[in-house]
Amino acid sequence: MDLTAHLKTLCATPGMSGHEHPVRDVIAGVWRDLSDEVRVDPLGSLIAIRNGRGRKPRPKIMLAAHMDNIGLMVAGHAGEFLRVSAIGGIDARVMPGQPVTVHGRRDLPGLVVAPPDFLLPSAQRGGVALVPELLIDLGLGAAEVAAQVRVGDVVSFAQPPVALNGGLLASPALDNRASVAAVTVCLEALADRSPVWDVLAVATTQEEVGLYGAQTAAYALAPQLAIAIDVTFGTGPAARDFADRTYELGKGPTIAFGPNLHPVLYKHLSDCAERGGLPYQSEPVAAHSGTDARAIQIAREGVPCALLGIPLRNMHTPVEVVHPQDVYTTGRLMADFIAGLTPDYLGRLARELD
Amino acid sequence: MAAPSPRRSAAIPNLELVRQLSEAVAVSGDEGAVRRLVVAAITPYVDSVTVDALGSVLAVRRGRGRGRRERVMIAAHMDEIGFMVTGVDGEGALRFETVGGVDDRQWIGKPVWVGPDRVPGVISAAPMHLLNAERRQTVVRLANLRIDIGASSEKQARSWIKIGQRGTFASTLTVLGGARRPVSLRGKALDDRLGVATLIELLQGERLACDLCAAFTVQEEIGLRGAKVAAYAFDPKAAFALDCTPAADLPPGADEGENTRYNSRLGQGPAVYVADGHTVGDRRLLSYLEATAEANGIIAQRRQPGGGGTDAGAIHRSRAGIPSLSLSVPGRYLHGPNAIARVADWRASVDLMRAALTRWPGLRAMRAR
Repeated sequence: MDLTAHLKTLCATPGMSGHEHPVRDVIAGVWRDLSDEVRVDPLGSLIAIRNGRGRKPRPKIMLAAHMDNIGLMVAGHAGEFLRVSAIGGIDARVMPGQPVTVHGRRDLPGLVVAPPDFLLPSAQRGGVALVPELLIDLGLGAAEVAAQVRVGDVVSFAQPPVALNGGLLASPALDNRASVAAVTVCLEALADRSPVWDVLAVATTQEEVGLYGAQTAAYALAPQLAIAIDVTFGTGPAARDFADRTYELGKGPTIAFGPNLHPVLYKHLSDCAERGGLPYQSEPVAAHSGTDARAIQIAREGVPCALLGIPLRNMHTPVEVVHPQDVYTTGRLMADFIAGLTPDYLGRLARELD
Repeated sequence: MAAPSPRRSAAIPNLELVRQLSEAVAVSGDEGAVRRLVVAAITPYVDSVTVDALGSVLAVRRGRGRGRRERVMIAAHMDEIGFMVTGVDGEGALRFETVGGVDDRQWIGKPVWVGPDRVPGVISAAPMHLLNAERRQTVVRLANLRIDIGASSEKQARSWIKIGQRGTFASTLTVLGGARRPVSLRGKALDDRLGVATLIELLQGERLACDLCAAFTVQEEIGLRGAKVAAYAFDPKAAFALDCTPAADLPPGADEGENTRYNSRLGQGPAVYVADGHTVGDRRLLSYLEATAEANGIIAQRRQPGGGGTDAGAIHRSRAGIPSLSLSVPGRYLHGPNAIARVADWRASVDLMRAALTRWPGLRAMRAR
């Protein structure tokens, strides 16, 4: 697999929270060949099951990467313009001038714009126009806009992926397609290994609006272990004020530790990376991880969870940046860990907990 | 009242040329990429073409017939707003200065091209998750903006780019409404590549009733500098500046009853200037142009008077004075990563200029009304 091409395809396919079907179809097309069974759950999460070689009932490990991305939703018409609301966390500072696709009765190219200062509420003049003030200009007349676009239609960022010199990739939706691609790498790496455990690869829905897809998928699948994969804050030119909260691109994924994560699982993943010579970084998460791990951990009677983070710059902008090598390393680390899982691993996990 | 529908041009607009012009990078002082496109497009059609001391392309297409013809200068500026790289920080990110008038708010979170090799970069933004409510609503000023070109060290960045290189927003042209029924154009540098495209078309068309002195000017965005010397060189009888003017015709916000300061409006045809910040438009040319529009069923609008300016601001003060007028395609969101203009407004500007010059009666025959 050409990982960068896979990433570009995933990022260029829309999948706003609750409207993930376009990207789900792309992921299903790839994961189908790497698993024994693919299905879609009631909230739209994609589940690919790779059966282990152990005796039934086999233990199951869930890999959860949310496939939804942030975007906008049409909130109203204003003549030939559209008013919008946010799907997920929208950074209003970067919005004016961003090309978008409005998914109306047909897909329409448009542009997010901020009104000129004299049309803004006085408190915002000269400052950042907030989401309620932003407009979308489709370049069409009001009648055509009214005929093509309804309130509630979703809007995706249309900035195409850009390969930077030195191997970095910039694109919208790398949060969290980078992690989806890491799961693909993992499934590929497992193709010629025969893990004992069942692997449940899940592209979850609605993470950006409340971790809902992971919550219901974890209930339905009832895994014995779970790894959530998400992006984390990367070091970079705009993030130097946050040295303690950011991680370098190209130095491998973060392995998180904190109350959402199982401490022994954290240690075993770190040991696994060390043994395999895979680079990783340790990420303390003091309380709320803000990821699917937080929902999965408290599914049913509770699930030991781990969290891998792919360092990413400019989070929640249309120019998010990752190093594809980190995506690859993340996938390899999961595959190595899964290949080493024994039938009695859960007992070991319990024994080693203080 | 519904707006009159613009006159359809018989000619199919050459959108491929507009695409090439829009996507070329030609920041003020570094206009070579557009200059090459212009020279290639016009050379087969013109009677003379030169590049002047500042880099403007000056071309003449003589009029029809043998008698004395007036020399009419038409100016369209090749340059666009952008930036110059001014430094590389210790971790390989680029500092930059704005070239031309760009609001600080335009840059953050946008892709850019840097230098003649178009090294791709993005303007960095701190993750909103780590910002408090106040910083989420605070404009990141130019001094704190950085271009990330993916370099991991100062040395690596310096091997890819050089201090002093220019760049601008990395935006490609998109036809809104579809290729078969183009309604609007979305892209960078429509200001003033639409004017450049118009002037190319005039040079490529039928011979006119005047000698067309075409100036594809440099450095408009930083003070109308190319036009000043071009007008001196041409010493024309009259002049028009073909430019783009802001259309701030957006819906009023909750605090505003009505948008009364729209400057110009999309879909109302090209905007003629009665007066702007640099020029009082020549009344004879204004009357003639408006009468020509009316006689030919071409829609046009008057730009609201106020600040701003075009190459006419330099041209009308050249030598002993040159009667001048500006005609602009209205464009929304000019001086940013993506502008939007109506194809019909642009085509109407081509039709209007062609009609005006095809029947050019001479300045002395024009009466201000």
